[in-house]
Amino acid sequence: MGKVTLQGKVIIPGAAQGKALVSNEPLSFWGGYNWKTGEIIDRRHMLSGAVAKDKILAVPFTRGSSTTTAVLLEAIRAKTAPAAILTTDTDFFFALASVVADELYASPLPLVALAPEDFSRLKTDDAIQITTAGIVTITR
Amino acid sequence: MLTLSQKDHEQLRGDHGPAAKMAMSIVARMAEVADATELLDITGAHIDSTVYIGEAGLEFAERLASLGAKVSVPTTLNVSGLDEHHWREWAVPSEWARQAHRQMVAYQSMGTIPTWTCAPYQTEMRPSFGQQVAWGESNAIVFANSVLGARTERYPDLFDICCAITGRAPAIGLHLTEHRAGELLFRLIDIPEHLTQSDDFYPVLGHLIGKASLDKIPVIEGITVQPEEDHLKAFGAAAASSGGVAMFHMIGITPEAPTREQAFQGKSPVKTIHVTMDDLRESRRALAHTDSSKLDMVVLGSPHFSLAEYKRLAPMLEGKRKHPGVKFLVTSSRAMTQLADRAGFLKPLQSFGAQITVDTCILTSPMLPEEIQNLMTNSAKFAYYAPGLLGKKIAFGSLEDCVHSAVAGEIVRDEARWAK
Repeated sequence: MGKVTLQGKVIIPGAAQGKALVSNEPLSFWGGYNWKTGEIIDRRHMLSGAVAKDKILAVPFTRGSSTTTAVLLEAIRAKTAPAAILTTDTDFFFALASVVADELYASPLPLVALAPEDFSRLKTDDAIQITTAGIVTITR
Repeated sequence: MLTLSQKDHEQLRGDHGPAAKMAMSIVARMAEVADATELLDITGAHIDSTVYIGEAGLEFAERLASLGAKVSVPTTLNVSGLDEHHWREWAVPSEWARQAHRQMVAYQSMGTIPTWTCAPYQTEMRPSFGQQVAWGESNAIVFANSVLGARTERYPDLFDICCAITGRAPAIGLHLTEHRAGELLFRLIDIPEHLTQSDDFYPVLGHLIGKASLDKIPVIEGITVQPEEDHLKAFGAAAASSGGVAMFHMIGITPEAPTREQAFQGKSPVKTIHVTMDDLRESRRALAHTDSSKLDMVVLGSPHFSLAEYKRLAPMLEGKRKHPGVKFLVTSSRAMTQLADRAGFLKPLQSFGAQITVDTCILTSPMLPEEIQNLMTNSAKFAYYAPGLLGKKIAFGSLEDCVHSAVAGEIVRDEARWAK
């Protein structure tokens, strides 16, 4: 495949790079993400057991509990959060964790939304680079 | 493009103090993220951020408190991490309790009402029809929108308190009439009327509908007997756990759905789904995460037990005593428990050997000792989250099933009502 460049919608700007961890299933962080380790712990989720710390996590959106934001904020503080998160639409819960992390620790988490057809081109273990302008480069 | 009012700008500049400045900066940034064009006034708030998760949530609360944050609208508080006066009777580590208590103190210092309950609609701060509010806690959100006809978007932790301080929320989603129309039609097919009057029908139906709806607004057609308020509470909590349901309509029952036409605001359903007895049986099966009849503990009260539930439970326990090998726990709020005490409903609980915990919940407090492994509940919400959050096995049954099981010392369920 080589290199593919996609233009996403910037939700929270920031540059990041890392290996992709991809799922087309929505994820709740409460009961789904261990902020002490960065492991995905929802035992019914296809990413169960994978560690998202420092990866580029790609999930379409969050589901379930209103505590997802608080769990992601803990992960950002504990440095067990993904390096960035890619979604298919604006996710209010992820965005709030990033905005609060910016207020408290001046370390916002980059968030970019991709069109569903672009999102579906992502594969786990792709090397991904994200720019502050929302340009997502995949190298495979 | 977001346009702010004069007062919003003042708060953003810091004219109303540093806490209002921080809160408004978060509200305004999030309003932009959500593509809102303006903010609207709210008349009340319910804060889910009281649940202690870790250091970051505590730092956020203490930062706001140290900046002198005060809420500008009547604000109730959700469950905290511990039963303030009785946590020592459980397995809560003292260091954890210290942190959770600091978080309680921080939120209480902001001029809030320390209700410590996930059922704020059971307090005197219950909003009325059409009122704009900013509520956290998924079961409270779905109850406010659907049963009361109040209006709140599905707000995450940390955002609810920013709305409470500023008195403002983005004009998006369920705050606006056009986003409150039903989307999916669920039609009950040949469900016996007597089953729809039993208390385990609603959590089972809610679990099924939440799973099939995800974040869409379901409309339920075919309920012919007016459900009790606790039935609607159990239904909503179930649907908000298995899916992201923030609002539902029940035709002829809930306030924005006197007719099917009105529930859908004149539009057609995106999809019509039939619900049969077989679907309900499957949903009831899916709620259980155990294959044995072993029982260590019965847990009731998610969402928090109401006065009416205490009243229904009391005569079931009269003259009985639980099995010595089983714990029997009711989780509720201080207010409901005190009312129940005055009404004499707690005496049968005490002689039965039941325990009561207030302010918190087994899902948000590390209170259960290691030897408790097999739970039983009448709550679809407990049944949904207990395996993942607590790593415990859990069975689901009606209130009566739970009482019978506690006496027998093992899980027993009345299958007759659900049989073919």
